[in-house]
Amino acid sequence: MGCGTSIAVENQTRPSETDGSIKQPSPALTIKAAILIQRWYRRYVARLEMRRRYTWNIFQSIEYAGEQDQLQLSSFFSFMLDNFTQINGNGPDLISHLLDSVVDPLTEEVRQLKQEQIVVPESYSGPHLSFPLSVTDTNALLCAFKEEQTLHGKYVLQLLYETKKFLKQMPNVIYLSTSYAKEITICGDLHGSLDDLLLIFYKNGLPSAENPYVFNGDFVDRGKKSTEIIIILFAFLLLYPDHMHLNRGNHEDHIMNLRYGFTREVMQKYKTHGREILQVFQDVFSLLPLATVIDNKVLIVHGGISDKTDLDFLSTVERHKVKSALRVPKRSIDDLSVRACSRSSSRHSGRSRLDSPHTSGRTSRASRRRKKHCTKQGSCSSSSSSSSSSSSSMCSPRVSSRNTPRRPPPSPSLPSPTDVLQVPFLDSFVSLEPPEPPREELEWQQVVDILWSDPKNHNGCSLNAFRGGGCYFGPDVTQTLLQKHGLCLLIRSHECKQEGYELCHNGQVITIFSASNYYEEGSNRGAYIKLGPELVPRFFQYQVSRSTRKLTLHQKVRVAEGSALRALKEKLYAHRSELMAAFQQYDIDNTGRISTSEWAQVVESVLRLDLPWRTLRPRLARLGADGNVEYKSCFEDISLGELIPPVTPNLAETLYRYRTDLEIIFNIIDKDHSGQISIEEFRQTWKLFSSHLGVAVNDQAIDDMARSIDFNKDGSIDFNEFLEAFRVVHKLDVKEQQQG
Amino acid sequence: MADKYNAETIITETQKRISNAFDVFDHESNKTVDVREIGTIIRSLGCFPSEAELHDVIAELEEEEPTGFVRYEKFLPTVTKILLERKFRPIPEDLLLQAFEVLDQQKRGHLEPEELTKYLTQEGEPFTQEEMDEMLSAAVDPDKNISFYWQDGHPEKQTKWSSNNRVDEMGSSDTQTAVAGTSGAAIT
Repeated sequence: MGCGTSIAVENQTRPSETDGSIKQPSPALTIKAAILIQRWYRRYVARLEMRRRYTWNIFQSIEYAGEQDQLQLSSFFSFMLDNFTQINGNGPDLISHLLDSVVDPLTEEVRQLKQEQIVVPESYSGPHLSFPLSVTDTNALLCAFKEEQTLHGKYVLQLLYETKKFLKQMPNVIYLSTSYAKEITICGDLHGSLDDLLLIFYKNGLPSAENPYVFNGDFVDRGKKSTEIIIILFAFLLLYPDHMHLNRGNHEDHIMNLRYGFTREVMQKYKTHGREILQVFQDVFSLLPLATVIDNKVLIVHGGISDKTDLDFLSTVERHKVKSALRVPKRSIDDLSVRACSRSSSRHSGRSRLDSPHTSGRTSRASRRRKKHCTKQGSCSSSSSSSSSSSSSMCSPRVSSRNTPRRPPPSPSLPSPTDVLQVPFLDSFVSLEPPEPPREELEWQQVVDILWSDPKNHNGCSLNAFRGGGCYFGPDVTQTLLQKHGLCLLIRSHECKQEGYELCHNGQVITIFSASNYYEEGSNRGAYIKLGPELVPRFFQYQVSRSTRKLTLHQKVRVAEGSALRALKEKLYAHRSELMAAFQQYDIDNTGRISTSEWAQVVESVLRLDLPWRTLRPRLARLGADGNVEYKSCFEDISLGELIPPVTPNLAETLYRYRTDLEIIFNIIDKDHSGQISIEEFRQTWKLFSSHLGVAVNDQAIDDMARSIDFNKDGSIDFNEFLEAFRVVHKLDVKEQQQG
Repeated sequence: MADKYNAETIITETQKRISNAFDVFDHESNKTVDVREIGTIIRSLGCFPSEAELHDVIAELEEEEPTGFVRYEKFLPTVTKILLERKFRPIPEDLLLQAFEVLDQQKRGHLEPEELTKYLTQEGEPFTQEEMDEMLSAAVDPDKNISFYWQDGHPEKQTKWSSNNRVDEMGSSDTQTAVAGTSGAAIT
């Protein structure tokens, strides 16, 4: 037949029409097949979700553990100050010049004049600012920063001085209104992530009279573009003073900046003027307003509140005096001798309604961790008892003195604490109200609570010893405060959330976090809120992505998980000798293996990270043929880089574990930021640090190390080089890179 | 360590695994998890229940007056039983492959995204649009814009997900038995 060919062709182009040789599966079979695939896929997704969750837990645990380290560091600073006489009279020079306000012979005006005289070289290709600022300037800044340019130090200083002048006239609490039917945009933590800020501006428009913004603190630290962010924010602040509002965050604090990267970033970008810039930042940060209230209904603060928070009192606080939350105001010795008996009780009076973690009976992770931390380290409690004569660390006014102090206090010893002062009167005892703590301390406490607190789901208000400051506040505390001031909503930031935002306390508290991929690429979204006159928040989410192609869920989880596991392995490595000693206690026959239970128990107790160790085990350690864990395998993946100074493995491990702290200390000692400190300073600092921590380090070993680091024998150490020696290498990664 | 194969030890080890998995989702550290996460927890422990089977488990776990939360005291015994009885057994990969082959009526060795979507959102226990989108984003070969490409239906050439799953399961005895057995099973 003539048309046979065409039919055949037709058949080929339309294969869905059956030619009889393809069997149609029965509908029942199709359904079964579909169910099977669905079952299987849902399992696959669940496993990914589990990995994503524990990855998140790992990042959070390590972050909060890091903040506890900083509590330690802050108590070390206090300890240094208290004991400066022991450092051959070098004490005040070592620390106080940075931690106490600098007595500057130059007045503000003279300083500003000097800075105007700074000459910007011809070769400078970055933006030039002219004051008062205009839209041209802010546009120039945005363009320049997108092109990775740096603003010249002169303009930074000018900007900072202008900002300082401006902020001085602002009150502690700013009242805004949504009249004119404007929506106000509220952003959370940015932490140096310029990409996120630019993305927000791209999606939501630049700040202007029609587009007001509130930025809720933590603009700097952690990310690499903190200077760019803060410059942009301050520029818009000066340009639109009525429509741009910045709240202070706990990272707008010069001591936090020492640890979390802002100081380093400034010093690296501004070699000539860095020190002065940092000095002005210190002042400007403390001048940032503490809270914003919208329509007298919505309260916006960075951290949260406590049961002591009072907006009226907060309005009267001298906020610029609280330069850093990590330094409790000093109490004078006079104060002390008069109030010796009631000192401890006066400390408690400010917290008399507190649930002590010891008595509350809660077994929440946080309080368990706090117990573990305080009893193991003891440094928390030691500073609390020894703080009598001078400044104390952040947790000192509140730690229960039930923990035995590790050091006897140098000043008059304190009687055991009582809540009330009992005084004999006639033939009965009269209870006297313990005197109020000095106003300065009350003010400090109000500020710290605002900047550092976190909401929790149980009623009550308790110490946030996890963070080292502020409180955990429950729904009842929120309810009370909102009612007291006629408010309906609390918006805060301070905590990273996977979706960029989270509601709690029956919708009365919103956490808003604007730094996407905070822990790692793909770890979380960022978000911002838009609030109109009806005060119903609308949430907008986003996520910055380095690659143009969208990552699948699996890829995102894998990247984030890899990063979390690397961080965890480094922790294991940093505690290697402690872990090995504990492992070996279970391994009496020296087989090199212990059960999974034992392994998990050891790791949890040494690292004090509340993580699902059994679930994580396959990623961290190998099993032997008998199904037990080969515990040495947890350290296999990591090795220290080339060690420059010849040190014993134990010393190496200690130095590795504390390298962040050492870096901060060196940076403080290195007054002129040259990267060099004297051997003597190195030796003294290290000895003090290790004795404060209770770390047994051989003096001779330190001396040898110090001498060997000083290559050109000129009596000074290049500490950046020294710290470089303690970078770790993840061997598996290296292998992957080599094969890839 | 010789007790490793003792029945008691197996039960304890199983319970500890369950406890760990539970803790990951216990956000407030008060030994409760949101009932909506039960599916994820059980599946991450190695079970492959269908949605219907999952609903039955959840019904068992919920309080008489549903609070939206499941307590650990109820969770542990129920899930221990499920794991020890090896209910909701894993799906071996060749069986999975056969399922795809059933849907691939023309035996082309791959499925168009539209076909897959049609089956999985309309048949069986349908996917939500979100589930479908996510599956497609993971499975579609960007160059060919087709999904589930496998060569000649050979079980050795697995889809990329299956091989990734294996990485997680080092040391878990469940997977090993799944892979070793049932290679001759077919969908009937």
